[in-house]
Amino acid sequence: MCLAIPSKITHIENEMATIDVDGVKRSASLMLLEDSAVGDYVIVHAGFAIKKLDEDSAMETIRLLKEAAAFVDNLDAGKG
Amino acid sequence: MTLKHSDAFHDPQIARHLVERITRASRRPIRFMEVCGTHTVSIFRSGIRSLLPETIALISGPGCPVCVTAQKEIDAFIALAREPETIVATFGDLIRVPGSGSSLQREKADGADVRIVYSTFDAVNLARENPDKRVVFLGVGFETTAPTVAAAILAAHQQKLDNFSVVSAHKTVPPALEALADGEINIDGFLLPGHVSVIIGLDAYRPFFETHRVPCVVAGFEPADLLQGIAMLVDQVESGQPALENAYPRAVSAAGNPKAMAVMNDVFEMADADWRGIGTIPDSGLAIREAYAAFDAVKVFNIQLKPTPEPKGCACGEVLTGLKIPPQCPLYKTVCNPMAPVGPCMVSSEGTCAAYFRYHDDA
Ligand code: SF4
Repeated sequence: MCLAIPSKITHIENEMATIDVDGVKRSASLMLLEDSAVGDYVIVHAGFAIKKLDEDSAMETIRLLKEAAAFVDNLDAGKG
Repeated sequence: MTLKHSDAFHDPQIARHLVERITRASRRPIRFMEVCGTHTVSIFRSGIRSLLPETIALISGPGCPVCVTAQKEIDAFIALAREPETIVATFGDLIRVPGSGSSLQREKADGADVRIVYSTFDAVNLARENPDKRVVFLGVGFETTAPTVAAAILAAHQQKLDNFSVVSAHKTVPPALEALADGEINIDGFLLPGHVSVIIGLDAYRPFFETHRVPCVVAGFEPADLLQGIAMLVDQVESGQPALENAYPRAVSAAGNPKAMAVMNDVFEMADADWRGIGTIPDSGLAIREAYAAFDAVKVFNIQLKPTPEPKGCACGEVLTGLKIPPQCPLYKTVCNPMAPVGPCMVSSEGTCAAYFRYHDDA
């Protein structure tokens, strides 16, 4: 039931947002979200935006994962 | 149009590294439970089970909302569909769940007005557009869904609708963890749900963790998210240092979503709830507060919940608590399949039996 795909807010009117999910337009209520603006990426559950995604945190996670992956590859290369 | 970070969580190199890390770190046999039905489906779909070392068993938990709905609640939903001048509004996966004698789908075929809605606001709109009918929304789900149902009740209240009501059969996750940890199953760690945690926050699990000191990690839904969560659990187990950790920081914070929590707490209060296969868990449900009694379908329709036996031979209860896997149910594939489901675990796309049927090659 959970849509894990982040959706981009393209328009806001009366606490209702138009969102873009992989190119498909849908509407989502902003009633459960503290603050949001056009351009934000949100997680939408059953027609409600429930969370603004923290892009900085996402990029940080990826950086750490990539660093760790490269580290293992170097170890393997060293062994070979 | 997607976020630039989305692809990275599918990056095969990152996934390969995480699998390697897990394989190197994991020494003793461990059993992890993924508590969320959406996790179950993501784990099967991504093929993660086959990538993990043999030391790690992933067990599905009671995280499919439809599957944990008690049979007597399903029967009450069906009874509501038979009420005259009534429209029953529900999310899709509930309608095929068999009750003791019928299902919402069968009632619909027999002429009952059962509507599948995408959002709870659609149900409120139905009430506004049909002033001569009573519209009942079937509220089934966890803390991710409950705020959206509360929002619908607030909207109906604001619009002064007197023909909208809700059956609140919602359930909450932390009390279920308590029941599982106290139960007969040995779990070495919990992969905690991503979107329930978006709402309730990491800190909501603190009391559970402090009592049981069992490894707990909140994870997201992409392959890298899930593997990262499993890697963190393995590290905790192998180091003998259980912790409550967050592998989904881009969406889950310590405090969760305060606005959604406020809306939910405005409308609902804690109540005991009956879980299929587990029984009554204290304070694990959400009842509609007295202030909103006019929107409480249990009161409006004077619903009496009668205990009813669960389908004969169905092992859903044991599947939901991790005591059995679907192939251990004698009805699995022989009598019970997604086209003719016997129990709710085979109906919902998030049900463990349905996930096994679709993705597990157990010949
Ligand atoms: S396979 Fe069917 S009958 Fe068996 S536990 Fe699953 S849903 Fe119930």
